[in-house]
Amino acid sequence: MPGVPVGTTVLALKYQAGVVIAGDRQATEGYQVASRRIEKVYAADEYSAVAIAGAAGPCIEMVRLFQTELAHYEKIEGMHLSLEGKANRLAQMVRANLPLAMQGLLVVPIFAGYDLKRSEGRIFKYDVAGGRYEEAEYFSIGSGGKDARSSLKKLYRPGLAEEEAVRTALEALYDAADEDRGTGGPDFVRGIFPTVKLVTRGGALDVPEDRVASACAAIAEARKTAA
Amino acid sequence: MPLPYYVSPEQMMQDKAEYARKGIAKGKSIIALEYAGGVLIVAENPSASLNKVSELYDRIAFAGAGKYGEFERLRKEGIRYADMKGYAYGREDVTAKSLANAYSQVIGNIFSMEIKPLEAEILVLEVGEEADVNELYRIAFDGSIADEKGYTSIGGQAEELKLFLKDKFAEGLGLEAALQMATRALEAAASQKVKAATLEVAVLDRARLGRKFRRLPQAELRAMVEAGG
Repeated sequence: MPGVPVGTTVLALKYQAGVVIAGDRQATEGYQVASRRIEKVYAADEYSAVAIAGAAGPCIEMVRLFQTELAHYEKIEGMHLSLEGKANRLAQMVRANLPLAMQGLLVVPIFAGYDLKRSEGRIFKYDVAGGRYEEAEYFSIGSGGKDARSSLKKLYRPGLAEEEAVRTALEALYDAADEDRGTGGPDFVRGIFPTVKLVTRGGALDVPEDRVASACAAIAEARKTAA
Repeated sequence: MPLPYYVSPEQMMQDKAEYARKGIAKGKSIIALEYAGGVLIVAENPSASLNKVSELYDRIAFAGAGKYGEFERLRKEGIRYADMKGYAYGREDVTAKSLANAYSQVIGNIFSMEIKPLEAEILVLEVGEEADVNELYRIAFDGSIADEKGYTSIGGQAEELKLFLKDKFAEGLGLEAALQMATRALEAAASQKVKAATLEVAVLDRARLGRKFRRLPQAELRAMVEAGG
């Protein structure tokens, strides 16, 4: 749909302590860059995060409502919603967006959270109709989602350490940006790098930008010498 | 047909107020006081699951004394009001002042319109960016609203507690000192020892990122209360 900025490549993969969830920063409008530093990965609450692909406006609005609902439930009931409950609630919201999706305003999230009862990180993917499916290892969506998945397929190992997991996520985003015009790569000139969050027993935390920047630089350097 | 007998409005209000006061006097008390890092809320509460203190919004907390069911309803409505407003406008547009006003309207209406007034009093507390701009609102059973400074209290022994704190309260206390002062006030009012296990304590901690409300876990609480003897 022309005139609507769209979000692009986001991914999640499990690692030792939970889930890494990451996304590029570029929004595209047709053949134009609409924004270079849009956020596509958000902490939904203390123990979960959501990454979005689709039309930026409705995506961001859905995340805001989702965050409000999770906090609202927590305050009213005095306890967090179960991870299963959060994933289901998001499915209902995606389902409710179906009429808009049919008109081109797509919202398709990835939901990653730490399940305190099971003591493990979990990843959920969705379809436009509100279908909710759990992924065992990793997943990626957006216009560069397929490229990122191909990359993750080769790089992913169960039980990755944090450092490797972050690097794997960034490698996959780099590959997606390489192949897909709608995905932004690391921008060393402007200093814009992908968003990376870790969802663990300790909560949903940002990987600091300088760490992401140096990991991106290492990836770029490794590819330079290989050529 | 029997004639409806006449009761003067004055008499009716007095009766209602007396009824509400009696109901509240049966309940335990709650103290809120400002300390260097924010606002401390200390409630006497033997139950670990039926909370009297709760988060309303990012910087705002709620405390209720009296009948549990009644202030619990007020708490839920407050959270709904705050979340709706924050979602429709912006997070900083949710203020303790507007919440306290809304509560005052609702409670005041119940007091004058309904046969049975609420047997509950509440506190709406907000931690400011700076120490001198905390807001403490106390809303009584008849909807009257008081803007307090430094410390405030509700519940059965609210007056005794205020009397105690009036002499002892000092600005800029540390968390531990503030908690011990609150405990001592409760002990003085009840003239018996207060155990950490029967306290429900929470803070609005200015230093926290995002949501400022935090409950003090029992272990931390016990260590701090016992440190004061």
